[in-house]
Amino acid sequence: MATTSKHVEAKKRKTKKVGADYVAPAPWTVKHAFQKGDVFTRLSCVIFGLSNLARKQIIKGILFLAIEILYIIYMVNTGALALDKLFTHLQGTKSEQRFSASGIPLAPAPEEYSVTILLYGVAALFITAAFVWFWTVNMRAAYKAQYLKETTGHAPSFLDDVMDLKDGRAYVSMLFLPTLGILIFTILPLLFMISMAFTSYDSAHPSHFDWVGFANFKEVVSNDGGTVNGQLFLSVLLWTLIWAFFATFLNYFLGMFLAMVINRKTTRGKMFWRGVFSMSIAVPQFVSLLVMNTMLQPTGAVNRLLQSWGWISGPLPFFTNATWARVTVIVINLWVGIPFTIMQVTGILQNIPADLYEAAELDGANWWQQFCNITMPYMIFVTTPYLITTFTGNVNNFNVIYLLSGGDPTPVGASAGKTDLLITWLYKLTVDKGDYNSGAVIGIFTFIVLAVVALLTYRSSGSYKNEEGFR
Amino acid sequence: MSNTQVESGYADKAGKGIHNQHNRRVIGDVLSYILLTVLGIIWLLPIVWVFLESFNQNSSSYQRTFFPTQYTFNNYKQLFTETNVMNFGSMFLRTFIIACFVCVISVAFVLFVAYCMSRMRFRFRKPFMNIVLVLGMFPSIMAVVAVYFILKAMNLTSGNWTVVALILVYSAGTGAGFYMMKGYMDTIPNSLDEAAMLDGCTRWQVFYKIILPICRPMIVYQAITGFLAPWLDFVMAKAICRTQDQYTVALGLWQMLQKEYISQWYARFAAGAVVVSIPIAILFMVMQRFYQESMSGSVKG
Repeated sequence: MATTSKHVEAKKRKTKKVGADYVAPAPWTVKHAFQKGDVFTRLSCVIFGLSNLARKQIIKGILFLAIEILYIIYMVNTGALALDKLFTHLQGTKSEQRFSASGIPLAPAPEEYSVTILLYGVAALFITAAFVWFWTVNMRAAYKAQYLKETTGHAPSFLDDVMDLKDGRAYVSMLFLPTLGILIFTILPLLFMISMAFTSYDSAHPSHFDWVGFANFKEVVSNDGGTVNGQLFLSVLLWTLIWAFFATFLNYFLGMFLAMVINRKTTRGKMFWRGVFSMSIAVPQFVSLLVMNTMLQPTGAVNRLLQSWGWISGPLPFFTNATWARVTVIVINLWVGIPFTIMQVTGILQNIPADLYEAAELDGANWWQQFCNITMPYMIFVTTPYLITTFTGNVNNFNVIYLLSGGDPTPVGASAGKTDLLITWLYKLTVDKGDYNSGAVIGIFTFIVLAVVALLTYRSSGSYKNEEGFR
Repeated sequence: MSNTQVESGYADKAGKGIHNQHNRRVIGDVLSYILLTVLGIIWLLPIVWVFLESFNQNSSSYQRTFFPTQYTFNNYKQLFTETNVMNFGSMFLRTFIIACFVCVISVAFVLFVAYCMSRMRFRFRKPFMNIVLVLGMFPSIMAVVAVYFILKAMNLTSGNWTVVALILVYSAGTGAGFYMMKGYMDTIPNSLDEAAMLDGCTRWQVFYKIILPICRPMIVYQAITGFLAPWLDFVMAKAICRTQDQYTVALGLWQMLQKEYISQWYARFAAGAVVVSIPIAILFMVMQRFYQESMSGSVKG
């Protein structure tokens, strides 16, 4: 192990700029297309696919051109109007009684809601950005066709391109659908929500609102005594971080410990034990959480059981005392999370090369030494990204908090309870109260917190710097 | 037993007595069995409770005793036959269809992305991984309302189109969850790929002939999480399904615990929870055996 880490360090110093997986840019860049391109290539920046058509890449050329035409049709029909409304008429129009010239009442004009304008506007921006990116693809393809024609005599045919998608550029065909899904159902909604943070879209302006700049950010940070204020934000943030830390690392280490106990050579019935612990995965999480919620109520099953045994005189304040509530959610999250950890960790534990342990045993290493010097480095190496995603997942762990404690105990008049995470607070603000703007601001702050924590740890982790360390 | 012999052999070489080693092993065994038993009971208790509650003759939520006293099969019968208030059967079918699609799509997406990130080197690779990492840090709840508006613009929020909408919502972003799979693929020796490519395999062939079979344990994990998502999620479903004939089981069960239903539906809620858990449990047991398969011996020599 020591040699590996030394090796890693040496590699790090040497290849700070050009990493092991550095891929040199292809000769066909947008810049080169303009500098070295011929007439057809340069004209491709206006008429997509022209260069490809000129090099007899008929199908490819037509595809490029078709996409350009589709975009133009879209912009002329709806896109330009949507963009214009987004920037100048976000207010929308209210439904007004209209009259014809002779004074007969007409059907009222359909009301235009600000949300719809915002959505179509953001979508148009999004599509335009995609189109700009596609333009660079087009330019590169144009110059590539010219370059290959000049150097090899003929540009690759459509069939060649398809074959290439199966081998050298398999990543294009493989990543296309997953990326498209992420773009439409993750990035677009996010942009939409982020744009709401700069509007007055709250319970007072549910259908017609306007841009307000950074006013919402100011409200969340300052202490002006509103229901959303800086003090409350800080306390919720602090609890969110504490929760995420305990929920992640307690689950990880206890789960790994259990998995190792089950994985011991002499433990019999490995399948049985794994089955026992994975039973709780089979029960939908929100079912078990709701059941536990009813069980832990002041008149719930647990309190009644303990009282009938005479162990306690009054009901335990599971969700009525702040500290009790916080410990309860962390403990119950162990019940929910450890089976998942066992499931994931088992496969990796079995993957650790057996010869490492054999060698260690020959050298007389005991169980603890093997754990510290083989298991842990290997596990940390493989699971660092997993730990980070779990941490961020816990910061955003909506289900456990919302279904289990509902954020309780909630002080009277406060918009967030003592066990509310930023995420459940956000949900309460948006879905329950309709204050989309403050919700969006809190979402952005949550993101900033996570981004700082995660990028720092991730960038300094072994599996990021040296992905092939354990091959 | 052969293990024990081999290991006591090691112990000899390390200069320790076989007897001492044997004693320690027995103590370790006993301790670990005690630990596993105690924890196993803790893990099973709530599940057993839900199971017994589903047969409870007294269907209200307030109970005098921890476990029910009178048992009946009526709750299950009512759950599927009394469809005028809540049609649990159709909710179940709907969720099952969604889950099957999401399971397949999410496994494919995750494998594609993980394979590209682990095995191929291209310019967009590092930016892609960083972007996905950054996106994962945005609270997903934040997008719920926005996703609803987008689906509405696509005309997918009325009638049975919500099934398509939910399939899209649950599976579209799954490609972002590739990190675990990539970590696993990173531990597969590169020499396997190289050998296959020397034999004339394309990247796609390496993918489904070499990498897929080795990744089976992780695929199992991914399939389970993909299949579970529609059963477990209720925030997204609640935002998208506005009427009861669009509900998934999660929403149905959640509905049963609302104030106006809980007094009559509590036992049926437990019955529904048991019914939902059964396909998941069966799937899980079938797939469980893949966990045993380890990687040892994939590269010889």
